[in-house]
Amino acid sequence: MKFNASICAGLVATLISVATPAFSQTIKIGFISSYSGAAAAQGDQLDKGVKLYMKLNGDKLPPGVKVELITRDDTGPNPDVAKRVAQELIVREKVQFLTGVVWTPNMAAIAPLTTEAKVPFVSMNAAGARIMNNAPYMARVSFTLWQSAYPLGQWAAKKYKRAYTAVSDFAPGHEAEEGFIKGFKEGGGEIVGSLRVPLANPDFVPFMQRIKDAKPEVVFGFNPAGKAATGMMKAYADLDLAKAGIKYIGTGDIVTDDELPNMGDVALGVTTVHHYSANSDRPANKAFVAAYKKEYGENLNPSFIAVGAWDGMDAIFHAIREQGGKVDPDKTMEALKKWRNPNSPRGMVSIDPETRDVINPEYLREVRKVGGRLANVELETISTGLKDPMKEADKKK
Amino acid sequence: MCGELAFVFYMEAFLSSLVSVAFHGVAYGMILYVISVGLSVTMGLMGFTNLAHGVFAMAGGYVLVTALSQWDVPFPLALLLAFVLVALASVVLERLLYSRLYGAVELEQVLLTIGLIFMSVAVARLIFGTLQQPVVLPEYLKGQFSLLGRDFPAYRVFLILFSASIIATLWFGVERTIWGAKVRAAVDNRAMAQSIGINTRRLFAITFAVGSGLAGLGGALGAEIVAIQPTYPFEQLVYFLIVVSVGGLGSLRGPFVAALLIGITDTACKYWLPQFGAFFIYIATIGLLLWRPSGLFGKRT
Repeated sequence: MKFNASICAGLVATLISVATPAFSQTIKIGFISSYSGAAAAQGDQLDKGVKLYMKLNGDKLPPGVKVELITRDDTGPNPDVAKRVAQELIVREKVQFLTGVVWTPNMAAIAPLTTEAKVPFVSMNAAGARIMNNAPYMARVSFTLWQSAYPLGQWAAKKYKRAYTAVSDFAPGHEAEEGFIKGFKEGGGEIVGSLRVPLANPDFVPFMQRIKDAKPEVVFGFNPAGKAATGMMKAYADLDLAKAGIKYIGTGDIVTDDELPNMGDVALGVTTVHHYSANSDRPANKAFVAAYKKEYGENLNPSFIAVGAWDGMDAIFHAIREQGGKVDPDKTMEALKKWRNPNSPRGMVSIDPETRDVINPEYLREVRKVGGRLANVELETISTGLKDPMKEADKKK
Repeated sequence: MCGELAFVFYMEAFLSSLVSVAFHGVAYGMILYVISVGLSVTMGLMGFTNLAHGVFAMAGGYVLVTALSQWDVPFPLALLLAFVLVALASVVLERLLYSRLYGAVELEQVLLTIGLIFMSVAVARLIFGTLQQPVVLPEYLKGQFSLLGRDFPAYRVFLILFSASIIATLWFGVERTIWGAKVRAAVDNRAMAQSIGINTRRLFAITFAVGSGLAGLGGALGAEIVAIQPTYPFEQLVYFLIVVSVGGLGSLRGPFVAALLIGITDTACKYWLPQFGAFFIYIATIGLLLWRPSGLFGKRT
């Protein structure tokens, strides 16, 4: 009898241990980032944000559900490569989510695939606003250019009368230019000139010289985070536009938290509007920055790109949880539309159910020295939940 | 009267912008020349298609930033280090790898040097990370230099003067010394030079080292303007090749004229016609090469 009971107990135990894996499920997430090429620095931030989130939040999935990250390199702003790897992830790997993507042109190339294959896509960085209009399986947690450029234009119009715009010559640059000019003109300002600089360009001084000679009061800049932004900043310093009484303002992309230490004191006083600063003292951000530095080294600052990656994974985990681990594309999109994260490092962030685009907090910041290091100090909260002003403007048309 | 005044004012503004375009163009052209001249010599003299030339320029840049920020070396010494270390390293590479392919066809040389670029990009990324490296300039090279009511960045003034002195030295070396005479002889007719007792093997090694060292120096000098980061050898390659092909292989004067031409037209186009941005340089190159397929001062036909 005793013998039988122990056999019974053993059998039950075996059954349980066999049964658990039977319920368990692995969800495949295709993650596309830029690991090589000129944009490897940005891709690296994206990768770090995703992996940090997965490491610290693995327990936030339903019991028995695991996620598998399948990583692909799009080698920078190369839409053809991005499309190819996305296709491979969908067809061969049969991923249930696509995410990542630093570059807008790459996201645009992937858009038709997500619609055709019904694979939900979460943009962690690429910001081009109109891509998602015709891509019902795309959602975004990063930002749009108008969210920072438009309020910055409104703010600048209160202080300056004559502005010059200088943006990188690709879709997000055009959007930033458009947004700033609209905000600035509505506030009564005058645009004395606009120029677009090539994405790949060794020397930015000639452009800055042109701006200097036009004698505006303020230059609005947007370049994709990275060396173009630093190059423009250096050209601004080389020609000493500050001494000529010309102020430099822009979206947060021109003074990212990871590049800022490399720019030097020239960046001091640069005013930007953006949704994230590593220097912010919100408790959620302090915890995030501490975890990031603990994982990747004391001298590395997370930038808004790492935060986009972090929140992107949070949105995906949320969608998996809402469906109890059995994911379906349409239900995933419904869940993503309801995603909100009050504890994001950037503050309260959510997805607008109507447009599937992000609703961001926006802050006015200035580059100052904090404890001997350059930092984006948040001066003012411009909005606690700003929908993409471009889509709002499009609606009125 | 009023129209006249406006015209005078307009002319003044135009002249003053002409001055700054010339200035920035020359500064940029000088860097291009110092980096590219070595490539022109190796391709012309040795007939070696060294696409990895930019690797030496990048290495020079990394030596400079490391020397300045880690070893606390003063700026002039850091420049010298960039030249010497890169030249030494290039001799090792020349003996180990390049010399094996001297007689090989161009495709093999291209494959070897492209492979070197890939490796250097990966190594640079491993050691220095993906971010671009900041250059900490000494105080005396910062700020503006005022002349005739116009401000010029002090560093670019230094850049022009310093490059000009390097170019003068190089010119003297090639045109007025025995070493230069041997190099010129070997460029013109390698077999004949060898048969009259010139040790072309040693000459190649030294010339290769000087050319690579100059690339290192150029990379270091230009680090403040052309960002030093791992993909540098790929991104700048096209500019070096344009300078060399427009200038003509194997000459010193050709690449100099080409570099200045490219520097100035590129700057002028960006200044006056920014909407055409950077692609004017390619149109100019195509036009020039259609007109003179072997470059402005090319020796081969």
